[in-house]
Amino acid sequence: MRVMTILAASVWLLAGSAFAQDAAPTAEVDDSKAWFESSSVLTQKTGQGVYNAICASCHMPEGEGAVGAGAYPALANNEMLEFPDYAVYLIVHGSGAMPPLGGVLNDQQIADVVNYIRTHFGNDYPDEPATAEMVADTR
Amino acid sequence: MDVDENKNPTRREFLSMVGAVGGAAVMYQAMGMMGLAQASPYSGPIKLDDAPAGTKVLVLGAGIAGMVAAMELRDAGYEVEVLEYRGVAGGRCWTLRAGDTYEELGGAVQKVDFAEGNYFNPGPWRVPYNHYGILDYCRRLDVELEALIQINNMAYVHSTKAFDGKPVRYREINSDFRGHISDLLSKVTNQGALDDVLSEEDKANLLAGLRTFGALNADNQYVSGNAASGRRGYERPPGGGVDGAPIANEVLDVSTLLSSGLWSRLATSESLNSSMPIFQPKGGMDMIARAMAANLGDLVKYEKRVTQIRQDETGVTVVYEDMANDGAEVTTTADYAVCTIPFSILSQIDHDFSGPLSSVISTMSYNTSIKVGLEFNRRFWEEDEHIYGGTTYTDLPISQISYPSNDYLSKKPGVLLGAYSWGATAYQFSSMPPEERVSRALEYGSQIHPQMTEEFKAGVAVAWHRVPWTLGCYGAWQDKDAQYADGVAMDRRIVCAGEHLSYLPAWMEGAVLSSLDAIGRLHQAATGNAGN
Repeated sequence: MRVMTILAASVWLLAGSAFAQDAAPTAEVDDSKAWFESSSVLTQKTGQGVYNAICASCHMPEGEGAVGAGAYPALANNEMLEFPDYAVYLIVHGSGAMPPLGGVLNDQQIADVVNYIRTHFGNDYPDEPATAEMVADTR
Repeated sequence: MDVDENKNPTRREFLSMVGAVGGAAVMYQAMGMMGLAQASPYSGPIKLDDAPAGTKVLVLGAGIAGMVAAMELRDAGYEVEVLEYRGVAGGRCWTLRAGDTYEELGGAVQKVDFAEGNYFNPGPWRVPYNHYGILDYCRRLDVELEALIQINNMAYVHSTKAFDGKPVRYREINSDFRGHISDLLSKVTNQGALDDVLSEEDKANLLAGLRTFGALNADNQYVSGNAASGRRGYERPPGGGVDGAPIANEVLDVSTLLSSGLWSRLATSESLNSSMPIFQPKGGMDMIARAMAANLGDLVKYEKRVTQIRQDETGVTVVYEDMANDGAEVTTTADYAVCTIPFSILSQIDHDFSGPLSSVISTMSYNTSIKVGLEFNRRFWEEDEHIYGGTTYTDLPISQISYPSNDYLSKKPGVLLGAYSWGATAYQFSSMPPEERVSRALEYGSQIHPQMTEEFKAGVAVAWHRVPWTLGCYGAWQDKDAQYADGVAMDRRIVCAGEHLSYLPAWMEGAVLSSLDAIGRLHQAATGNAGN
């Protein structure tokens, strides 16, 4: 697994994000070493890795959301995720109290995490996956 | 929760260079131009003429802004009712003490297992001398302050990429940076490079100044010796008896110093909001909130969750869930209202604010921030390393370590601020369970203080995005220049107030100034309407 991580990471770095998109399923990359690698951006390279490192802070580890004086919407079983564009836009530009995250996540990370939440937490929207190009167009 | 030392290394590096080369005055001008260094415009207690008889004002939120509004409006003769979501007052002016329990969003519960009397301020932790408004409330309400050591020459600057990851005393970097700059500037002065701008007399004065400023020797050089060691410290400090004579230590060579990048930390505490003298309330930041709440007494109604805000020509109607009474729905009315509910929450409440204000409310995001308080059985930073208060700066994810500015030399356990981070780092800390935030903070901190591993006693970690009553640290405008006027404008009978509606975001002073300005305008409207 460790060898694979290094290989995958090197390929990603050498070939750039366009190539990485076509590479082996990103879910196989181990993101555990990417925590706190940079003080200005997140460096996790899988949708799951990105989710656990940033989205979970408000939407919670299982996408269940939370309620206090105000609420964080649940991502679990969320019909708003039927199309990728909505989540892509919210992540890039923010919404309400949610900060824009386009500055700490790159296009590929945003596409990956959108595809992750659209296919996890009871969501089953594997069609029309988000792409880095779609994110770039949204910025 | 200060924003002027957070997440913009480019700006900080620039300012640190300005400060180091040009001194405080040039630094102040530069920061003034960048909007960082305004002193508080507070000019003494607000004077509201008599309120129109029988006029009631609802205050939503019992944080600093809400309680300032409530106290002043009450004193002016208004009938005041304050609705607060929590069971205690203060909002972000908050202290966790030994024995307290804190449940964050998501349900994780932390029991503060500190020694009796120990505490941790998860939110604001400093009151700068130039925040005249909040200081005046401390004076008027008899809140006892003590000095907080912001900058300590014996604390460290640390980079994982310099000096093999070993921390260096702030004193050494500060002295060497000033010394080398002075040395270099002396050289170019003597080489005639400044002849176009300096007279012979100017040059002589400059050289004399640089010798003092940089601890140079008689030849205008910054070299190892007693002149430099008088600033940066000695190999063997001056003592008494047989071995009393000091032995100087070695200054860093200029290239090593510059490539270390540690000079980037030198101006961190030069801005007006972070420079000495700076204070903390004795016993915890919420002593301010407690004093205000005691002053207001039963005007504050706790555990009331506002669910609807309406207004018309005759008044304001607010519906709340009375959490202290089985969630009963209650309606209350007033002639006017001051709304200090953070926009992160207000944007989710059913309201009928005007279009422009609604747009501000719905587009203000709330920033991420993380603080970790760590308690140790022994004050090793004092006993082993002679650090009494102050701050160590690091490029580790914990960003800084701030040592307690109270109970010096005590033999009981001590609590330090073990992590204070923003941005990408804070998001990641926030995503972890609290106990992992604490263990990570310990792991990083022990790279600077190896004693941490053995001496650790207890920890508590607050991620501001998981704080139930704010959903974030402080308000961030989508476009402050364009939106500010709409955000602060009184909307018919309601005016909003808080740190988010100020140019001192995240500071309590911003909340005070916003509130005073808001109630001044509310009072004007109320007296104007009454006169009609």
